[in-house]
Amino acid sequence: MSAWLKLCPIEEIPALGSRVMPRANRPSIAIFRSSDDVIFAVEDVCPHKGGPLSQGIMHGNKVTCPLHAWNIDLTSGEACAPDAGCAKTFATRLSEGVVWLQVDA
Amino acid sequence: MVKLDRVARQVIADDGTVADYDRLLLATGSLPFMLPVPGKELEGVIAYRDIADTEAMIAAAENHKHAVVIGAGLLGLEAANGLALRGMDVTVVHLLDWIMERQLDRAGAEMLQASLESKGLKFLLGKQTEMLIASDSGRVGCVRFKDGSEVAADLVVMAAGIRPNSTLAHAAGLYCGTRAGGGVVVSDTMQTYDPRIYAVGECAAHRGTVYGLVAPLFEQAKVCATHLAEFGIGRYQGSVTSTKLKVTGVDVFSAGNFGTGDGLEDIILHDKNGGVYKRLVIEKNKLIGAVLYGDTADGSWYFQLLKDQTDVSAIRDSLMFGDAFTNNQIGDVGHAGNNKAAAMADTAEVCGCNGVCKGTIVKAIREQGLFTLDDVKKQTKASSSCGSCTGLVEQLLASTLGGAFTPTNRSIKPICACTDHTHGEVREQIRANKLLAINAVMQTMDWKTPNGCATCRPALNYYLISTWPHEAQDDPQSRYINERAHANIQKDGTYSVVPRMWGGLTTPDELRAIANVAEKFSIPTVKVTGGQRIDLLGAKKADLPAIWSDLGAAGMVSGHAYGKSLRTVKTCVGNEHCRFGTQAAMSMGVKLERMLFGMWSPHKVKLAVSGCPRNCAEAGIKDVGVIGVDSGYELYVAGNGGIKTEVAEFLCKVKNDDEVMEYSAAYLQLYREEGWYLERTVHFTQRVGMDYVKRRIVDDEVGRRELRERLLYAVQGAIDPWAERAQGVASYEFTPLVANAVATAVSTTNMNGASDERMAETLPH
Repeated sequence: MSAWLKLCPIEEIPALGSRVMPRANRPSIAIFRSSDDVIFAVEDVCPHKGGPLSQGIMHGNKVTCPLHAWNIDLTSGEACAPDAGCAKTFATRLSEGVVWLQVDA
Repeated sequence: MVKLDRVARQVIADDGTVADYDRLLLATGSLPFMLPVPGKELEGVIAYRDIADTEAMIAAAENHKHAVVIGAGLLGLEAANGLALRGMDVTVVHLLDWIMERQLDRAGAEMLQASLESKGLKFLLGKQTEMLIASDSGRVGCVRFKDGSEVAADLVVMAAGIRPNSTLAHAAGLYCGTRAGGGVVVSDTMQTYDPRIYAVGECAAHRGTVYGLVAPLFEQAKVCATHLAEFGIGRYQGSVTSTKLKVTGVDVFSAGNFGTGDGLEDIILHDKNGGVYKRLVIEKNKLIGAVLYGDTADGSWYFQLLKDQTDVSAIRDSLMFGDAFTNNQIGDVGHAGNNKAAAMADTAEVCGCNGVCKGTIVKAIREQGLFTLDDVKKQTKASSSCGSCTGLVEQLLASTLGGAFTPTNRSIKPICACTDHTHGEVREQIRANKLLAINAVMQTMDWKTPNGCATCRPALNYYLISTWPHEAQDDPQSRYINERAHANIQKDGTYSVVPRMWGGLTTPDELRAIANVAEKFSIPTVKVTGGQRIDLLGAKKADLPAIWSDLGAAGMVSGHAYGKSLRTVKTCVGNEHCRFGTQAAMSMGVKLERMLFGMWSPHKVKLAVSGCPRNCAEAGIKDVGVIGVDSGYELYVAGNGGIKTEVAEFLCKVKNDDEVMEYSAAYLQLYREEGWYLERTVHFTQRVGMDYVKRRIVDDEVGRRELRERLLYAVQGAIDPWAERAQGVASYEFTPLVANAVATAVSTTNMNGASDERMAETLPH
């Protein structure tokens, strides 16, 4: 079971930047926007030491964690080699300029 | 592979297989050179090349007594040493007058020979082999020389060099040189005379040289690979090689050119009884060759100087005494100069940031086949944080890989993997072409990635705004989070807030406001910093604008404790209070800090002002240190209290407060204009040289004033980033997203009352 949440107009997320959606009793979700307007969503927790990925520098489809500079591929949530680990990803949709996010019910 | 048909562009194997090619790479290697003497086919006559040869040597050592090794090069000596260790009576025969003549000069070779003789090896020098004579058993029995003498031999190992294996190329009509034993002649792009065919490694002759070591092959392969990938960058222009002899208990290192001749100067240390010989060859203030015997600990350092073509005139006095001695006095080496990597225990910690010990690094280098500092950084994390162990890691690479290690030439290293351009080149292009945005730099300079990475984007952003202040576009997404959020991120994702206290001064009102903020926003930790101000640690990001609003209401502004920017001006109480004070240190500090407010720089910048030579403000370890004396101020620059403590260097003496401001501003602007991103003032100053800094700041009065003017222009109208954000600038940065409408509870039904049909169609079911 899952639900689609309507988040915000895409302009409210800076290109190559992110916004954070907090959740009760669960890790926040980081929403990223690439330079070509692809939206990614991952749990805002680096698989290394739990750093907030939303605060990192985004480049291509990757983000560099602000704490120890692990690179996380936002399409899969996987850490880039040689680091190993995975951040949970969520499906997103962009429709008529509005960002949607699919979360577990 | 038996035939190469260049017309049909096919290669033909001995089983008849035919393969077409568009482009072809020859990597056929080399063959050991067997002396063309009678008897070379006898049983017991081998080369030293492959595992079968090694096995033959081990077997011979079990059943026979006398071994002769022909050739006293690297390989020959290693073979001889191995045979002696297995109990054989070994004689090394060499055509020339001293051993390892390609790597050693005569004095070094004689010391090495004496040392090997004490291990039981015998040497016959200047001997030309005439023939190998069989014993009664039919196996080789002795070696006869041209001078008629003979030596008993049950085993003859020929280690007289290699010959490029260019048979296939030669048969196909490709031009093979006559020099260097007939390697396939290649250009700087590793192409043979047939441009569709490349050759690398020991089969190739480049500019008349066939390299027999692994490091040059890597360099050749790199150039060849980019060319094959039709990414035609890079030329192979020959290699400077270094060698180390792998014989236990004998340390020999050599690199570069160590001949004699016009314009070549020698620095020699020769301690015959102590078993140490070092010779450094210098030409035009650059190290071009090094021979080390007995103490090779500094081999990798000399090799780096040699490859970088570093001007050694400033360190000439201490050059012979090595890295540790030289760089304890000058130089940015972190721990590099203070440890000898090879002597460290495997359990010793090399990288203190990431807890990586020597054993882990050496194991990774061996098992994963690492060759560069970047490889080690990636695989082990060592040296990937503060970088102070970089020198040590390079030493480990050098001692583990020996000659296969190619130190990075730092002055030509690209910013990151996104580009082939160096920091210096990028700065120059931004200035010359008046580039004003990151995209423009990336397009103009052919960036390889669409939007760079976390290494190059912050650097580009700094270069743009420092080169074209008030004109270039400052991109917050290309700044590290601390500069974007104007606070310091902590390990748990909270932030720390440090309001500015000009010159370390505060007031009861400011302290009350800080106390109120700490209570109101449940700040868990309040700490006094090393920069004479107060840190509020553990603030939630969403609270930051409100915190800043409250602090701002009490007159406080950002302390930029999070930026590559002006941090603090630390002061002592000066003659305002102190009975020893000669100058008003506090007011001087406040003036400096106000002048520099809002200044971005390659790295953080800290100043200090002391009111007398007792120097209570510790001005000796600051980027700019000001020490009051009765007749004025002494100015010191390029100090650093961090990774490796660096004492600031004396710049000049000035008369009054105005001159302190002028000279400090000019020095910092020079650093801002010519420093590389993340280079502290100490590293910048060492790179360009203190003499240069003095020329620009002390000697050139007009230039100094212009530098100051450019700095003042850059910080002109600097606004408090906290006040802006308290009023709503960049609010997206601090405001959490709230899902403002739940579309639908279940994915199998349309979302949000079919208000968005197209959306519904694209949803997964």
